[in-house]
Amino acid sequence: MKTLLNMKKTKNENVNNNSIGVVETQYHTIAGQGDELSLESGEKLGPVTLAYETYGNLNADKSNAILVLHALSGDAHAAGLSLEDHSVGWWNDMIGPDKAFDTHRYFVICSNVIGGCKGSTGPSSINPATGKHYALDFPFITVADMVHAQRRLIDYFGIDKLLCVAGGSMGGMQALQWVSSYPEKVRSAVVIASTLKHSPQQIAFNEVVRQSIMADPSWYEGSYYEYGQPKKGLSVARMIGHITFMSDKSMEEKFSRRQKSDKFSFGFDPAFEVEKYLHYRGLNFAQRFDANSYLYITKAIDYFDMSGLNLIPLGKTVDTRFLIISFKSDWLYPSYQSQDIVRLLKKRHADATYCELNSTYGHDAFLVEINEQTTLIKHFLDKTFNGYMVAGKHGR
Amino acid sequence: MADEKIHLDHNIIYSIVEPESRVLDLGCGQGDLLYPLVRDKRIRAQGIELDDQAIQECVRKGLSVFQDDIEKSLREYPDDSFDYVILNQSMQEVRKVDCVIGDALRIGTKVIVGFPNFAYFKSRFALFFRGRSPVTKSLPYLWYDTPNVRFLSIKDFKDFCAEKNIRIVESYYLGEKSTVRLMPNLFALNAVFVLTKKK
Repeated sequence: MKTLLNMKKTKNENVNNNSIGVVETQYHTIAGQGDELSLESGEKLGPVTLAYETYGNLNADKSNAILVLHALSGDAHAAGLSLEDHSVGWWNDMIGPDKAFDTHRYFVICSNVIGGCKGSTGPSSINPATGKHYALDFPFITVADMVHAQRRLIDYFGIDKLLCVAGGSMGGMQALQWVSSYPEKVRSAVVIASTLKHSPQQIAFNEVVRQSIMADPSWYEGSYYEYGQPKKGLSVARMIGHITFMSDKSMEEKFSRRQKSDKFSFGFDPAFEVEKYLHYRGLNFAQRFDANSYLYITKAIDYFDMSGLNLIPLGKTVDTRFLIISFKSDWLYPSYQSQDIVRLLKKRHADATYCELNSTYGHDAFLVEINEQTTLIKHFLDKTFNGYMVAGKHGR
Repeated sequence: MADEKIHLDHNIIYSIVEPESRVLDLGCGQGDLLYPLVRDKRIRAQGIELDDQAIQECVRKGLSVFQDDIEKSLREYPDDSFDYVILNQSMQEVRKVDCVIGDALRIGTKVIVGFPNFAYFKSRFALFFRGRSPVTKSLPYLWYDTPNVRFLSIKDFKDFCAEKNIRIVESYYLGEKSTVRLMPNLFALNAVFVLTKKK
């Protein structure tokens, strides 16, 4: 397996030396007949394909594996360059040689969540029972179900204990879910701009998102696969998302009130730069993300609840170390939600670090604020991996 | 041993803390006090600090730290969560000192408090003869630019402990270069007390 992993990391001139280079998404199928995933809803799902990428090399005792977990619209392509669509991974600035998740030292895995549409089994996949797209026959999935599927992938690699599970937003939820479901398998968790549970405000935004998709007449109760995506509804859904990912200040900095021309157009075509941006983002998204996946995954994160005793059951302790990060300008996952995680961890005597970073980028900060996150994550991982260097220069 | 360049108070606290104990340091700064303890005595350390840069520095050192305000940070901890709760050079920056000390005694078996002595003779001199707010080695700030909100003497603190039913188990008085025995309220720049609840 190791040679296989090495083989796909061929050098490419287009990528600077500090990048992983060209990567290719791999596929692994789990949950075959008789071994289906038992979902939280009570339904069974199988077979399930998981799309994943890996970076770096797994060491001999398999103690350097990090599972990176993506957010709502993310995918397995977290780092490096994909030749398929010439895209760079969504956390490329954080994963690579000498980066926060240093691929010289660690073996990084990222897989697309089930319910998604980027290679893992989801509503747009073909239902083997009918030979057609699942559409709304796809069972409801939860964040726990996503994690149970990832666990099978980790088993496939023969990894008994992950050095770290890490992610922002929904990725942070999965990291918390890992601790809840498999505490003995997680040495540390990095939870960024995330929450123990969605507030009514967050559920409300998601409901508007879902309704805008379902209100599009070309959604056809989810059975649109022969006709193409419900583009209008999906792009409006994504526009709402993008508003919540930014901050008032970052929008002011990015667009202000700039327009195409100096004069008002007195028409409804997008003229303000912010309007054009939202339209562009919306349409772009409608071309690359399955509408039904958006419905299923938003529902999964609305159901997510790690509050109370759900994260660490009564009478149990966890050895997992935590790094919790929030951003001052994030109003979609405000700092108080990260502080709620911290409060819960304090009550349970868990080893944790919390930092609220200054950023004007709003929720997007976890993807773009690289420097401070890198310092925090790099040293946090180093401590988890190596402990203290007693014989180092400070030692006596 | 702790690094020599580190303050006298750090050395004293370093020697007080037992190996492998659970320690909470309130206002841990860049972790200069906790780091040698973790490294040499394998304590389970948790810091609480508000400053952005200091937090990053703590994480660099491999320390676990919460970015939080001391006054709001203790409520969630269950009783007897720590062997030591340290308030070194941070108590004078706290408004509700009685609440913080009360909570610290609730969550920690022992509380270590270190603070600058306002009744140090040079402070008295500045106030009495020069008629100016004192600026000393332990109180180095000008009146308009100080993080300190509480100014107290060693005697003040002892009175406080007596009134609040707090037992002082150990006391250390620090001058510029060594500990002070004679008339500490006059000659000590800093004091370090180890406190417990009165049974």
